[in-house]
Amino acid sequence: MHIMEGALPFAWAAFWWGLTLIILLIGLIQLYIMVRKNREVLPLLAVSGAFIFVLSSLKIPSPIALSSSHPTGTGLSSITFGPAITAVMSAIVLFFQAFMLAHGGLTTLGANCFSMGFFGPLLAWLVYKALQKTGLNIYITVFLAAFIADLATYVMTALQLSLAFGLETLPEFLGIFALTQIPLAVLEGLIIVVAVKFIAKVKGEFFISNGTLTEEQVAKINA
Amino acid sequence: MNFKVEYLLVIALVIFSAVFVYMTLVSDSEFGGADGAAEELIYTLNPDYEPIAEPLWEPPGGETESLLFCLQGAIGALIIGLFFGYYYAMSKCKKQTGKT
Repeated sequence: MHIMEGALPFAWAAFWWGLTLIILLIGLIQLYIMVRKNREVLPLLAVSGAFIFVLSSLKIPSPIALSSSHPTGTGLSSITFGPAITAVMSAIVLFFQAFMLAHGGLTTLGANCFSMGFFGPLLAWLVYKALQKTGLNIYITVFLAAFIADLATYVMTALQLSLAFGLETLPEFLGIFALTQIPLAVLEGLIIVVAVKFIAKVKGEFFISNGTLTEEQVAKINA
Repeated sequence: MNFKVEYLLVIALVIFSAVFVYMTLVSDSEFGGADGAAEELIYTLNPDYEPIAEPLWEPPGGETESLLFCLQGAIGALIIGLFFGYYYAMSKCKKQTGKT
């Protein structure tokens, strides 16, 4: 979802930066409150952030679009900590990539952080919260959330570019970003499912304490 | 132990790789980045568009870039391995000593 340095007109770059700054502020406050309440969340926070680090460092070839793209890795963090905290962690990764790798850019960091750190995770979080209560198989629920976190990020990127360059260009940007992303989002969804299963097995009480999983769901995974 | 989702991930990876290898044989695509394709599209649609900024610093070449990407992945993997290993050992330890 990296929009290249300078590729957005000034007004749009400033608009997305403004939105992102508000979200980051909310995220930092949430982080502060959460860590003060319970320092035990720190390792899980580190692991969720590390998933974003690892998965977004991989450029994976997409067989259906004959191009390569990054997974986002934001699924785990979205369902455990919600979108605002995920935005803070994504901002760190995106800053590293913009500054050190010339991947994305500082002027477009606001737009990139909004799509990867907030929009995708927000949809994932809403879908997760809605489905989790329906009693649908928990693995399918986690898979859908992580799949949506990834795909929605790229739909948002296409939307951001077409807003700046004319809405009639949306199908073309969607063709580049969303189509490439579908197989990667499937893989990413499965990876996040395996990670959630593992954490539920070895440290299930954490998921229970912050409402990600109910006690019955953890018991079922451990059975 | 039930490893259904793990098997599913492995199967998906195998199918994914197989399709990828097949596509490299039937097409001569270089699988370039989608990010770059989008950039090209911007300049095709708006030949007059001037980027409002240039990157402050760019890796001098593909080698350094792959080093930095690799470093990013390695740092993340180290953290995941550390805590997953720690929690795994803790849960084993709790089972053995019979505490909850």
